[in-house]
Amino acid sequence: MKVKGKAIKFGNNIDTDVILPGKWLSLIDPKELAKHTMEGLDLTFPEKAKKGVIVVGGKNFGCGSSREQAPLALKYAGVQCVLAESFARIFFRNSINIGLPVIECKGILAAVNNDDEVAVDLEAGKITNLTKNQNLQGIKLPPFIMEILLDGGLIENLRKRVTKK
Amino acid sequence: MNKIIRNPKEAMKMNISEKILAKAAGKSTVHPGDIVDANVDVIMVHDLTGPLAIEAFKKMGVNKVWDNKKVVIILDHQIPAESVKMAELHKMLRKFAKEQSVRIYDVGEGGICHQVMPEKGYVTPGSLIVGADSHTCTYGAFGAFATGIGSTEAAAVFATGKIWLKVPETIKIYVKGQFQKYVTPKDLILSIIGKLGVDGAIYKSVEFTGPTMKAMSTAGRMTVCNMAVEMGAKNGIVEPDETTSKFLEGRIPNVKESFKSLKSDADAAYEKTINIDVADLEPQVACPSSVDNVKPISKVGDVEVNQAFIGSCTNGRIEDLRLGAQILKGKKVKSGVRALVIPASQEVYAQALKEGLVEIFTEAGALVCGATCGPCLGGHIGLLASGEVCVSTSNRNFIGRMGSTEASVYLASPATVAASALTGKLTDPRTVGAK
Repeated sequence: MKVKGKAIKFGNNIDTDVILPGKWLSLIDPKELAKHTMEGLDLTFPEKAKKGVIVVGGKNFGCGSSREQAPLALKYAGVQCVLAESFARIFFRNSINIGLPVIECKGILAAVNNDDEVAVDLEAGKITNLTKNQNLQGIKLPPFIMEILLDGGLIENLRKRVTKK
Repeated sequence: MNKIIRNPKEAMKMNISEKILAKAAGKSTVHPGDIVDANVDVIMVHDLTGPLAIEAFKKMGVNKVWDNKKVVIILDHQIPAESVKMAELHKMLRKFAKEQSVRIYDVGEGGICHQVMPEKGYVTPGSLIVGADSHTCTYGAFGAFATGIGSTEAAAVFATGKIWLKVPETIKIYVKGQFQKYVTPKDLILSIIGKLGVDGAIYKSVEFTGPTMKAMSTAGRMTVCNMAVEMGAKNGIVEPDETTSKFLEGRIPNVKESFKSLKSDADAAYEKTINIDVADLEPQVACPSSVDNVKPISKVGDVEVNQAFIGSCTNGRIEDLRLGAQILKGKKVKSGVRALVIPASQEVYAQALKEGLVEIFTEAGALVCGATCGPCLGGHIGLLASGEVCVSTSNRNFIGRMGSTEASVYLASPATVAASALTGKLTDPRTVGAK
């Protein structure tokens, strides 16, 4: 599975309250959620993300609330993949479970600038900054997690397992 | 490849979190880094995470939850419904609970999920509890392994009763010393987060131990474990003891049986140990907009406040209300300050009424509301306008957390919040409280 897009960069400790503020949690249509993605930091994010972007973050990306609406909003806003120095654990699991690829990669924040064209090979954990012609190696996802992602998320993965039985 | 070769005797040495995970996974031992398929004892969802979980569950092709006695739904974040949208979500949760014969705690029955879960007997020492809320780690105060998950994962647990978990490394925090008057477990956990940082325990288990933890009330332990997630931890945990059984007596069956032998082995492995002495600890404040931006109150400077909030799953317990009331008794909230008091549950509310605390707050000019998460996450009740400042006993001070993205939130103990309500600016409770 390969994804590609322009990078939008954020810093360390990006919490789920800024990704999707609490006042929108009563929305359950992901397309509606997407309109408020990153509202705490950048009101123009949904417009920028439409074309399909790669979000790059620092340490502890997605910290705070367990709200799955945060990765859902990112995904439906057009985010192809989130790359970060490290992730908060609930956000990491939620992203995989809703089919949003996430890869941990040391040095990613320094290696990518806003608007750089970035390509990601998910199975290999390989990240290429096409603008700078530079390769980085992220932490490969274990096969059982990769399978959930390839199925499109935990719903499809579980449905497949249930039907097999 | 370097393979770690373990001494077979080492297999016996586990800390309390590892013991619980081993049991849940049906194994005799586990080691940090192992990925286990664990059996869940209880799962909880609330009104903001439950609806997505139900939608996901319906798409999974399963008709019934795996065990209707082990699934709990608690309405708490936006109760009573503050909008038609929320009313519809509450309706959906009630319908699901009825169809699945699952217990739902509706408006007037419960309150904030993390208070209701132990009160109503869903938290047993040694059990594995997952909840679709990040502060599920609160139940570690009772010696349970409890961690937060998302909605789709909750749906998978509804369907299977199982979850994959990576066994975390554990950080031991050894706490000694006696708190000064008006210095509280909230100040302790804020100072720990200030030292370790908001990612200081990322992916890790944190075990709180030592004489100060041993002497601490259940309420204090809940405050401490509640905020473990604010440093990235998977769970926080305290060894259960007499204090634990006193709280749980009459709420769960066979209390003492439940934690027989539930202790960390003397030579269990820890990633590191941090020693803390609270004897000289000052009241602490987490300044905007990060929970690790912690300063002792003497270093915060002059900060005027518009709102003072006592409540939330961190500090909405009877002990917290007593502390706030002790400071506000017979005095008046400063003109221009909105003081809000929100008991964490109906049980806490009833107790506060019995003890005359509601009267003390009301006479001081504070507004006492029904049990809900309320302003903590900017859902309803007491949202902030741009430029406003709130001093709050809750757990997060992120940008936009309690309303406007241009508002500021300072996190502190119930004593500091009450003292600040009296003066209209951030105030050391030791300077205004009765000696």
